[in-house]
Formats: sequence, structure tokens, C-alpha cells
Amino acid sequence: MGSSCSRLPRRCPPVPDATATIPGIEQAVALGLTRDEYAMVIDKLGREPNEVELAMFSLLWSEHCAYKHSKKLLRTLPTEGPRVVMGPGENAGAVDVGDGWAVAFKVESHNHPSAVEPFQGAATGVGGILRDIFAIGARPIAVLDSLRFGEPTSERSRYLLDRAVAGIGYYGNSVGVANIGGEVYFEAPYETNCLVNAMALGLARREDMVRSAAAGVGNQVILFGASTGRDGIGGASVLASAELDSEDESKRPSVQVGDPFEENKLIECSLELLALGLLVSLQDLGAAGLTSSASEMASAGEVGIDIDVARVPLREADMAPFEIMVSESQERMLCVATPERVDEVLAVCAKWEVHGTVVGEVTDTRHMRILRGDQVVGDIPVTALVDDCPLYDLAPEAPTSQIYPAPEATLAGGESIHDTLLALLASPNIASRRPLFEQYDCLVGARTVRRPEQSDAAVLALPGGNGIGVSIDGNGRRVAADPYRGTILNVLECAANLACVGAEPLGLTNCLNFGNPEKPHIAWQLSESVRGLGDACRALDVPVVGGNVSLYNEGADGPIYPTPVVGLVGELPDPMKTAQTGFVQEGHVFGFAGPNRMPSLAASELAKLRGEALPTELPELDLAHDARVLSAIRQAVRAGDLATCHDVAEGGWLTAMAESCLAGNIGARMDDDEGPLADEILFGEMSCGFVVAGEQEALERLGQKIPVDIFGTVGGDALVLGQESWSLAELHEAWLALAPLFP
Amino acid sequence: MKFGVVQFPGSCDEADALAACARVGDAELLWHGDHDLKGCDAIVVPGGFSYGDYLRVGSIARFSPVMGEVAAFAREGGPVLGICNGFQVLCEAGLLPGALLPNQSLRFVCRQVGVEVADANTAFTRACAPGEELSIPVKHNTGRFYSPDPVRVVFRYTQGVNPNGSQEDIAGVANEAGNVVGLMPHPEHAVDLLHASTDGLKLFASAAQVPAGA
Repeated sequence: MGSSCSRLPRRCPPVPDATATIPGIEQAVALGLTRDEYAMVIDKLGREPNEVELAMFSLLWSEHCAYKHSKKLLRTLPTEGPRVVMGPGENAGAVDVGDGWAVAFKVESHNHPSAVEPFQGAATGVGGILRDIFAIGARPIAVLDSLRFGEPTSERSRYLLDRAVAGIGYYGNSVGVANIGGEVYFEAPYETNCLVNAMALGLARREDMVRSAAAGVGNQVILFGASTGRDGIGGASVLASAELDSEDESKRPSVQVGDPFEENKLIECSLELLALGLLVSLQDLGAAGLTSSASEMASAGEVGIDIDVARVPLREADMAPFEIMVSESQERMLCVATPERVDEVLAVCAKWEVHGTVVGEVTDTRHMRILRGDQVVGDIPVTALVDDCPLYDLAPEAPTSQIYPAPEATLAGGESIHDTLLALLASPNIASRRPLFEQYDCLVGARTVRRPEQSDAAVLALPGGNGIGVSIDGNGRRVAADPYRGTILNVLECAANLACVGAEPLGLTNCLNFGNPEKPHIAWQLSESVRGLGDACRALDVPVVGGNVSLYNEGADGPIYPTPVVGLVGELPDPMKTAQTGFVQEGHVFGFAGPNRMPSLAASELAKLRGEALPTELPELDLAHDARVLSAIRQAVRAGDLATCHDVAEGGWLTAMAESCLAGNIGARMDDDEGPLADEILFGEMSCGFVVAGEQEALERLGQKIPVDIFGTVGGDALVLGQESWSLAELHEAWLALAPLFP
Repeated sequence: MKFGVVQFPGSCDEADALAACARVGDAELLWHGDHDLKGCDAIVVPGGFSYGDYLRVGSIARFSPVMGEVAAFAREGGPVLGICNGFQVLCEAGLLPGALLPNQSLRFVCRQVGVEVADANTAFTRACAPGEELSIPVKHNTGRFYSPDPVRVVFRYTQGVNPNGSQEDIAGVANEAGNVVGLMPHPEHAVDLLHASTDGLKLFASAAQVPAGA
């Protein structure tokens, strides 16, 4: 790229830009670095950082980019497996799904932007996770979302829910990627800190997948996609205030704005560039923009990169170099190509009406050098920026008592079984999600075999004739009660969803949403949760292939419920053989399969409705038994033995029965000879319990492998339990409780 | 029989429309920037968000070079099907009467709906029986059909399922000659046994003049 980027190898450079002022330690602290970290930066550079360098360090050494409080814990997770194609450390994980195909997937948070501006925050959350997927050469095929808000009785929560759902729909629908599932919970601790996690999946030929490592000294670095503006200059805004008066500062938008049309073109452009073999490597621009993108490419390739900020297409002419380097403007990608391929790369960009510009060059310096024309304005060893961020040990300490207040009671207690079931079905955590998911296109791409509410996991058909089951889950209340067992339950819940469609888990992704890890009891939640995640993955033989950590989720009223959101992807041989959530046919017998122990009301949905304080632990689990149950259910579904298979989750067994009646629009009758059943049996929650229905012999076959109690037959227009009876109409009316939120 | 499926920047369902066409004939994509229909015998303008729905749905795509060729092809009686955004584009291009307005709910809606064939004499409904009910999904933000003048109605939402508040439950219309048809529901998403229905295949089979079997 001409003389401006000619290599000037040197070791300990002086302050590169003689005109730059040195921001100093107080600015560094204001940007989030500790005093010790600032001293380390000086040590790495051999001098104090200038404005550009400090901005780059403050972002790459942030918790968000460096995982400095979680990396040591994450290293304890199992990441290897025979089907793993890409593991943690790449833009997304990927697993082999046979016939030369791989499925890439990852979940990521966009919590804080969504709390500030829910529509754009949620929309750009979808956009960002999609770029992680096509950055590795996979075509995005599906999105799922995991949302947490305060109770819908709060006006603020209703507003956040409405706008976040609209934003997810706006982006995903327009970009043309199916939204196939998700989950939402409403709990008071999310009132001032909502969670918006998005998961994306992509499909690629294994041989076409690309890594992000830059390589080939002299190769050109090309920025393509949207132009660069001042949006999302997060941590750097404090630094910026030194140059701007407060009036200018207030004009600055702080949340990025998404443009799904640009992303749609960017996907096609990127995949065509890869298909034509024009690229050496590809990387998306996410948090910390060009800074993280270019330095991570350089780090992975063990090379240096020169970036000339004067060549970056800008939305505003007067942007400072540091602003250009840390801007989080959306819909941008960075690629490396050999010099002789540059014209072809730019021609593909032009075809898709995407702006492509050469902005830099791969060097052998192993330094990130930032230039503005001929002037060097920043010079940092790549390892210092990317690899040398200090990692911290947590100081976990179990709290002596429950730190979360008891939920507000909505049931007085003493209600009849009849009213209790209706109250549970109307609970915001259980009521039908139809008013939300109907705002998402679940069909584009023509792969969707099972849509939301048709089966417990979404099912997509693959080109090889097989399919995948996908689920995302993460009940935070149970984790708040018992971080270790609660996290295991989240993994089991996801695995149970997959079993219902006959899918065997191939890989797991997660998003760990927690409070401030510098507080001992949050550190304890986090470390116990990761320990549970590891144990659950080992018990089910599922590797963790990627994930994301979102810490410091605390509002005015304290920390959120610790919320490890788990996403699982599994393979199934025949998409036609996937059991449904709903009862299918009059005359099928139904039963309850799985558990070898009593369900429990501890931290259950019913306990919440009754306003009961969270316990400080959950009942013991039997992971070996649960693994056997999951396997047996999966085999029965694959054999076509189960027409209906629905895992028992919030609200317990009777709620699951009602859900199967509602999904199939058909009743069920069970004879209750033993008199009134205890609340624990009807509404208690447990891992890996299933409502199953099919032919009598099929259920008996399943009963030879795992505990199965056959209770009655499917049919009629009511759910009948001994003397109790609920008409489908009254169940339905209760279940539609969320509809008024979306008039 | 060769279908051409137009691709604009921002199209989303072009690959699915192409696959649906390929079940009953040959099919290839037509690039928006080309003045060339590549000798196709029928044209499908697919769904999506051409040009990001900027300015007004369908309003920019109609100026694409390929749309000039599509208009000439339609005037000569060539069969043209507009699906969802394609319907919007054909209305903007003046090839179909009326306009599509934002859904009454002001929300995007994705659901399987019943669609009644009101006119089985068009290029894309010949394989249907008059009054036949098809199960086809809708997914759109801007699907409320409106026309101040009488139109040739081809599809209506069945009783009580109108998802967008369209005039007289209209789901799809044709030009006077019946060779240009537009509809909001997505027949290309109802063509496989793995989909919720295979009824959509009848539209493509009508144009190809072959029997509709999944």
C-alpha cells in the first residue's frame, strides 16, 4: 500500500507521534485500567502510551475483550470431542454434522446496549453474532434468542420487551436468517439490567471454513462494508471528553445503529469472496472495532499489521485516529488478500454494492502500527495488546444467606389444584410465547422442520438428509438458589429438549451473564456455575466449543440472577422422525418417563408465584441416571416410537401435560385412583422428566430401559385428572396471558 | 420450461423460490443489474427486503435494469409471479393494481394461514380447483392490500385468518390478463413433506403446466 506503510522494524519505539499528548495514568484509570495495569502497559511499551495506544489498550485489556476474570475458569471446561471442527478461540465454534458439512454456532450477549436502547441494542446483537458466523465461512442459517426482563407488571420491562423483540425481528427478518427459537424469563432482578443474548448458527462445507489468522508479509488488509462513524465509542468517551466540550459530547450516539440491508449484502459478498478463494483470512469487526479485529488477526498469524486510518472511509470527516481505531460501527469486515488478488476482491465488493478499501498491510514487525498518512500515531507490540493482559484469580466466598429477596407473591397459597394449574399456565415464564415468536420469520432458508411450539427443540433439515436439533435455555432463579446444580439443570434442560427430537448433542455454547466478579459472592456464583457446566458437559460427553462472558450485570437493586445461558446443537438422522410437544392422536396412551426420584418445589415456578424465598441449595442430582434417560428417550424418538415427547420444565408435570394438550389441541384423561396428589408431584420440577405419548407397546418398550409410568389416554376436549377437569378453552385462555402485551 | 428468479440486493427468499421452481422445471437466478431474462419462460420476483425496504417497500427495486425486461415480458403475456416483496415490487412497477400497506397490527407476522383460490384461471392457479383451500405461510410487515378500484382477486385469506387487515381479505391479485400474479403468502415455503404443507407447489406447477406432486 505504498510508502506510507513501508516497514520500519524497530524494537522499543519512542513516542511515535511527536504532536500527541500523553493522556497519563488518571485517564487510564478513567478508561477502566487499574494503576497496576497501566504500569504494565508502560513496561510493555517502554514508555507511556499516547492517546491512540491508551484507547487500544483500555479496550483490549477490558473484561469484555480479555476475559481477565473468567479465562482461568473457562480453561477448566472440556473442549475436545471427535466432532469438534473449531473450538474456543475462533470467531465461533463448529461441529461436524456429516457428509462434509459443519455447523458453526455461538451465543453472545448484548445486554447493556439493550438496556439503554432496546430496539437497536437487540438488533445489533443479532447483527454482531451473525458476523461471527460468516467470518468463518459459514452461511448463517438460524438465530435463537435468550431474553431476561423484570416482571411484565413493570412498565419499563414491558417497553424493553416490546422494543427488544421488535429489534430482533427487524434485523433477523430483513437480513434473511430464520429465527427458530428462544426463551424469555421475567424476574425482578433483571428489572434494571435486562439480558439480551443471541445465538446464531451457520452451515459450511468443512473445506471452505476459514480462520482469522493474518499471514503473508506484504499481503493487503482490506476493510469492507459500512463506513466508520462515531457510534459505539464506549470506553473511549471519557478520553474524548478531553478534546470536546460537554455539548459536543452529548450529541454523540453511544449505541450502535444496525442496518440489516448492509449486513445482507455483506454476507453474500463475504461468502462469494471465500467461494472464489480470494482471501487469506477474514475477521468481523465487533467490540473494539478495528483495534481488536486487526490485532487478533495479527496475533493469530504471529505477524504485524500496519493500519492507515487516513484510508478508512468515514461518516464524519474530523474523526481522530483513536476514534477510528475503536469505533464500533456495525456491518464491517476485515480481510487479508495477496496484492495480486486485491482488484478481484474489490470487484466482488462492487458487485454487492459494498464499499471495500485497502487500509493496511501485513508486516513482519509483530507490531500493530497505526498511521495517519505518513505519520505514525501508534505503535504497540501485538503480544502486549492481545496476549499480555493480566488474568486474575477470583476470590470466591459463598454467602452465608440467600442474597436475593423473595419474589413478590401472586398466589396467596391454599388455591385448589384447578386454580393452581391455571395460574401457572398464565405465569409470564410459562405462558405461550406465540405473541413474541410470530414477529420473527422462522422459515426463510426452507430448512425449518419444527417451528416454535411444535417441538421442544427447533429442527432444521441439512443438505445431507439428516437434521439438527437446537435449543437454548438458562433458568437463572435455580442458579441463584444453587449455582452448581442450577447450571447443571440448565444443561440437562437443553439436552432434554434435544432428546425430544431425537438429537444427540454435538457441542455446547454458553453465555455466562453474571454480576461483578470482584465481589466475593458473585465470584463464588461464577466459579460454582462453571464447575457445574464442566461436570454436566463431561457427564453428557458434550464439548464446549465457544461462548461469551458478560459480567458486571448489576443494577441499582443489586446483581441479576446469575444466568448461564446454554445453547446446544445436536444431530438427528431423520428429520421426519421428531416427536412433537403436542399430543397427536386420540387413543394414544401417555405417561411420564425418566426420573427415579421425587420432583421438588425448591426454586420452582410455583414457589415463585407463592412468594417463597429462594433456598440456598437444590436437591441432589443423579447425572449418570439422567444421561441414561436422555439416551433412551433419544433412541425411542429416533425409532419413531414416541409421537409426543415433551420435557417437564417450569411448572412441573401437570403443566407439561397441559402444554401437550394445548400444543396438540386435544385433551387427555388420566384416572387418579390414589386420591389427590401432592403439589410436589403435580407441580414440582426435576431434571430429565418427560411427558411421552404413543402406542401402548412403544411406551412399554421404553419402560424396559428407564422408569415409565403409563397414566391414561389422549382424547376429548379436556384435561382430566381424576375428579379434576380443565377444558381446553380455559387452559388456552390462561396460556395466552402474554398476548395483551403485544396489542 | 425454465423459471427465472430475480435477485435484488436484500432479497431473502430467492434461493427458496429457486428450489421450489426447480421441482417442476429448470430454474436459474436473474441478477438485478442485467438487462437479460436468459430466455426464461416464467419469472418469479421473490420475497425479502429488496434495498432494505428503504424509501418504501419495493419502490427502489422496480427501477432495476432487470425489471424493465420483466415489464416487457409481462406485457407480451409472459407469466410473472410476485411473492411478498415481489408482490410489492410488481405493484410499484405498475404490473399489478393496488398497493401494500403496513399491517394493521404494525407488527411483522409469521404464521401458517388458510388461503382460498378465488380465481383458478390465472397462469399460477390453473392446477388449483376454484374455491380450493391452501395452507401456506405468511411472513411480512407490509401486507395489507389496498386498491381504490376493483381488482382481479386470485387469493383470499380464509374466514377469520386475515393476518394484516387487507381489503376484502385479499391475499393475492392478478392483472386483467391473468398472466401476472402477486400474493403475500409464500408458496415456496410449502413445497416439501418437511414443510407444514405442500400446497404451494400448485402455483409453480400451474406455470409449468405439470401435475403438482410433492
